[in-house]
Amino acid sequence: MSVRVDIGHRLGDFAIEARFESAGRLTALFGPSGSGKTTLINMIAGLIRPDNGHIEVEGRVLVDTDAGIFVPKHRRRIGMVFQDARLFPHMSVASNLRYGRWFTPARERYADMDAVVELLGIGPLLGRRPAKLSGGEKQRVAIGRALLASPKLLLMDEPLASLDEARKAEILPYIERLRDETKIPIVYVSHSVAEVARLASDVVMLAQGKVVASGPTEAVMQRLDLLPSEERGEGGAVLDAKVLRHDEAFGMTVLGSAAGEIRVPRLELKTGAPVRIRIRARDVMIATEKPTGLSALNILPGTVVAIRPGEGPAVEVDIDCNGATVLARITEQSRQALKLRLGGKVFAVIKTVSFDRANTGAGLPVEVDG
Amino acid sequence: MTWLLDLTPDEWNAVRLSIKVATVAMLFSLPPGIAIALLLARGQFWGKTLLNGLVHLPLILPPVVTGYLLLLTFGKRGPAGAFLAEHFGIVFSFRWTGAALACGVMGFPLMVRAIRLSIEAVDRKMEAAAGTLGANPLWVFATITLPLILPGLIAGAILAFAKAMGEFGATITFVSNIPNETQTLPSAIYTFTQVPGGDEGALRLTLISIVISMAALVASEVLARRVGRRMDIE
Repeated sequence: MSVRVDIGHRLGDFAIEARFESAGRLTALFGPSGSGKTTLINMIAGLIRPDNGHIEVEGRVLVDTDAGIFVPKHRRRIGMVFQDARLFPHMSVASNLRYGRWFTPARERYADMDAVVELLGIGPLLGRRPAKLSGGEKQRVAIGRALLASPKLLLMDEPLASLDEARKAEILPYIERLRDETKIPIVYVSHSVAEVARLASDVVMLAQGKVVASGPTEAVMQRLDLLPSEERGEGGAVLDAKVLRHDEAFGMTVLGSAAGEIRVPRLELKTGAPVRIRIRARDVMIATEKPTGLSALNILPGTVVAIRPGEGPAVEVDIDCNGATVLARITEQSRQALKLRLGGKVFAVIKTVSFDRANTGAGLPVEVDG
Repeated sequence: MTWLLDLTPDEWNAVRLSIKVATVAMLFSLPPGIAIALLLARGQFWGKTLLNGLVHLPLILPPVVTGYLLLLTFGKRGPAGAFLAEHFGIVFSFRWTGAALACGVMGFPLMVRAIRLSIEAVDRKMEAAAGTLGANPLWVFATITLPLILPGLIAGAILAFAKAMGEFGATITFVSNIPNETQTLPSAIYTFTQVPGGDEGALRLTLISIVISMAALVASEVLARRVGRRMDIE
């Protein structure tokens, strides 16, 4: 187990009672603002002392209120990337990067300056002052600084939340590289379905200070009912796929997944590369017969395995497509007109153009530790 | 203009002594100044208001009163004075060190105020970030807090220096007005005004006083701006 948390804490009227463990490569703490994610991550970092409970990272007990254990933050060897970067304004980028390395015992240093600089593409920034960096550059330097302290665990507290869409798109690939090319487990706080679905191997979903669901991303993200209301439209099935081939003539990429072939707009990836896609439930139509004369390119045969009431006029339908679950959100009226019932044979219809940068991303490695 | 620089040995001594006294007063009040400013800016303890009042006392009291209090405590028969003389051989009464002590005490509230304000302006999140990178509280202070409050430190130090250059009442009460020992610039000017025909000497020293004070002020501006530019805090 890389991370184990079981704590109780009270902040005025707000109480947190959270318990989870995760051994994933990248565990997302996911929930609406005010659900206690940041408080939890600050407790793991040692910035907040929980009223009671137990925190363990890589087998090392950091907090145990019963035993009177509280390891101070500077002895935890846990890297933290803050939402607001927090680069030291009086030091150059290079000095910022070297800061943590200085305090790491020589035999425990594993991070290599050149490798980290290369990984994050921050070579040209080394001589600059933090004030002269863009938001995205600052965040990359902050990630590098945390990495170069050779941490045993990397915490990221909404590192993209204060950036615009273009800057987010600039940083996401670096976080993916971090996840795939280094061995440090990552705990990532976010309230965005798009980020979590793209990055996380495991998700711990929080609401009002409590863990409401936790497990592999594909499973947790299907619980549309648990998503914060402003993010519910983004919810849907998360599928791991592979690039089968590119259709240059029409500017598309054909992906192979358990559910069948899926055509998405052209991705800049090599054939065979893993891709994780998110199919928003609201983008999925249901047909009871194989449709003809239809513009949508992705038609996946499957079986209805669950029907749940959704918000307003909607119902949510789980369709098992050859072992992979695709979620559809349709109206109750359509459900009755189609006479949908459990076990019925249906076709899930998804337009190619409903995929965009936010819901197609490079996937996880097939091998997941632990 | 030559008469301006044509100082008598006694006058030169007053200039040199003033600079020495002010420099020593400034340097020795810096460490306790930082400590007290830290305590006042961040400490939560019983008696904080009292400490704050005590630090500011020299600003409010008539300088003569401060000087007399110093004489009572640090004079030859004063409790602190007797103790220091006996155990450490440090004597304040009627020595230039006493002038430095008086100047230091008078400038202390100004220094503490400037440093305290800059400490309160430090973003404590920076310190938390340094902590997660492995720096213990002492290192955090040395590598993050101290550099970030440098402009405030410089401002406080220059204020204390300027105050020391001009200190008169407490100094003359505590250590008197002895040429070559405790006669600083203000005391020397005062002496000139008390004797017939001393106007020229008084004017010379006054001008020198102005030059030194202006130089200190300009130096602090230049330093503060350079430090500020280096940091460029958003």
